[in-house]
Amino acid sequence: MEYTPHTEQSRREMLTAIGVQRLEDLFAAIPADIRQQAPLRLPEGLSQAEVDSLLESLAGQNATLPAVISFLGGGVYDHHIPAVVDFLSSRSEYYTAYTPYQPEVAQGTLQATYEFQSMIRRLTGMEVAQASVYDGASALAEAALLSMAHTGRTRLVLAGTVNPRFRSVLETYISAQGATIETAVGSDGRTDFPKLGSLLSDQTAAVIMPSPNYYGSLERWDEGAVLAHRHGALLIAVFYPVSLGLLKSPGECGADLAVGEGQSLGNPPSFGGPLLGLFAAKREFIRRLPGRLIGRTVDALGQTAYVMTLQTREQHIRREKATSNICTAQALLATRAAIYMSLLGKQGIAQLARTCSDRAHYLAARIARLKGYSIPFGAAFFNEFVVEAPIAARTVLDRLRSRGILGGIELGGRFPGFDRRFLVCVTEKQTPGMLDTFVEELRDPSSEGWSDAHPAASFSGRDMTPSDGR
Amino acid sequence: MIKENLKYTKEHEWLSIDGQEATVGVTDFAQNELGDIVFVELPAKGTRVMAGAPFGTIEAVKTVAELYAPVTGEIVAVNQKLIEDAALVNTDCYGAAWMIKIRMSDPKDVDQLLSAAEYGEMIASH
Repeated sequence: MEYTPHTEQSRREMLTAIGVQRLEDLFAAIPADIRQQAPLRLPEGLSQAEVDSLLESLAGQNATLPAVISFLGGGVYDHHIPAVVDFLSSRSEYYTAYTPYQPEVAQGTLQATYEFQSMIRRLTGMEVAQASVYDGASALAEAALLSMAHTGRTRLVLAGTVNPRFRSVLETYISAQGATIETAVGSDGRTDFPKLGSLLSDQTAAVIMPSPNYYGSLERWDEGAVLAHRHGALLIAVFYPVSLGLLKSPGECGADLAVGEGQSLGNPPSFGGPLLGLFAAKREFIRRLPGRLIGRTVDALGQTAYVMTLQTREQHIRREKATSNICTAQALLATRAAIYMSLLGKQGIAQLARTCSDRAHYLAARIARLKGYSIPFGAAFFNEFVVEAPIAARTVLDRLRSRGILGGIELGGRFPGFDRRFLVCVTEKQTPGMLDTFVEELRDPSSEGWSDAHPAASFSGRDMTPSDGR
Repeated sequence: MIKENLKYTKEHEWLSIDGQEATVGVTDFAQNELGDIVFVELPAKGTRVMAGAPFGTIEAVKTVAELYAPVTGEIVAVNQKLIEDAALVNTDCYGAAWMIKIRMSDPKDVDQLLSAAEYGEMIASH
């Protein structure tokens, strides 16, 4: 296919073919009083060098990794991405492919997505995984809609603390469906099981349980499943893919649906996106899955062939009765995730999870011993935990930022009474040296000059190159 | 193929009447138009249905169609074999591929339906 612009000659040929004198005649039906008469107020064009310079100065207003050390988590995670992921996914066959409208011709794209589905299925221990949706938040929303369609019920219960962004997307999706959301959360941010039990009824469509939860604490999917099933409700397990290298999978715990954010598999944080929604389920829900599903079959010659299957779920066939309005997938990110997972393998992901967890526990233990600091929630965690500072979290984080460290996510805005608390995440990207530096920077906020934090917008450009020989 | 002793609907369903009980399926014309049937979604026993309202769906590879209740009543039987083997609709639409049995609340509903001859005329002009 050619992407060259029209020439004067091709325009004249086209106009002649349709019997029109001038291009303007095609717009004759648009009333004169709503037509733009004056020329568009665009500035003078810039040369490439001037554009480069302008864009660089705009981009320079952002901090990038690894120029700063980041302990940010909260749904988007900074993991190491092997060079092979970039190299392979940059092949134009993957990089430029859009969702195929003649899928059977795009065997390579379909196979890559099929492999991705298979890996997610194995990682989550579920029976089927689809081709991906936009992000973990919308995957959760779709799972909630599925549970309502399947059970014919309208009540949802959140067990434990769900990521606030996931929650707000969920509320948006169900706001017009007459559904209600209730929560069963204890004072430690985890599931209040007695309260959960009391909230469940024959009107409950699903129990939604993230583990780790937003504060990083681990939850009991297996107990959630037992309670939910007792009332004929589904358990929707919200997972963090890297943690499944260490934790019991949603499938092993009896979850009906497993959803999560897949960005941490081979995709960078990228200032919050693009993201990768993961959606896996028990086989009995296969006809209610949203989005795309790639299947493997044999063609008329007996060769392995990949197809988009069960398309009768989708809106181009079932219109307003489709299971969802999603008709695409995050194919490029899913391909990167598949490459990443195939590089890690079963052992690699276990090792990765262990490293993240070990380092996080090391950091938490050291912070807990700092005067004035504490780890308020005593529950088991994977690689994220809440820190309580002796002074306002904002002050601590501002000072850290001036020292080239993104120390964590301030919780006070979203959660009343949490002004001195912030959420810290550790991945394999933070070396032990960086962890020790972090602890040193937190130390003794009552000391002179400590609260002399620079304004949040400036970076002192401190060199954070690890020097522990790694 | 049209069977003489059955009643028909405009939506290509057939009915076989036995006293107050009506057995419902889709016609040969329907299965031929739809192509290979991959799935049939039927309601549970005990569900009440209204004449003219959808009671389920029938899926071919590239399309899905609604199944409409020809009469009003309560579903007293559902063909489980069809749920396991949807292809029966293509091979034996008047026999093994019956879908539901309805206990009619008003047997006179049947008078609204098409006779074999009327159905034959309808599909001839398709």
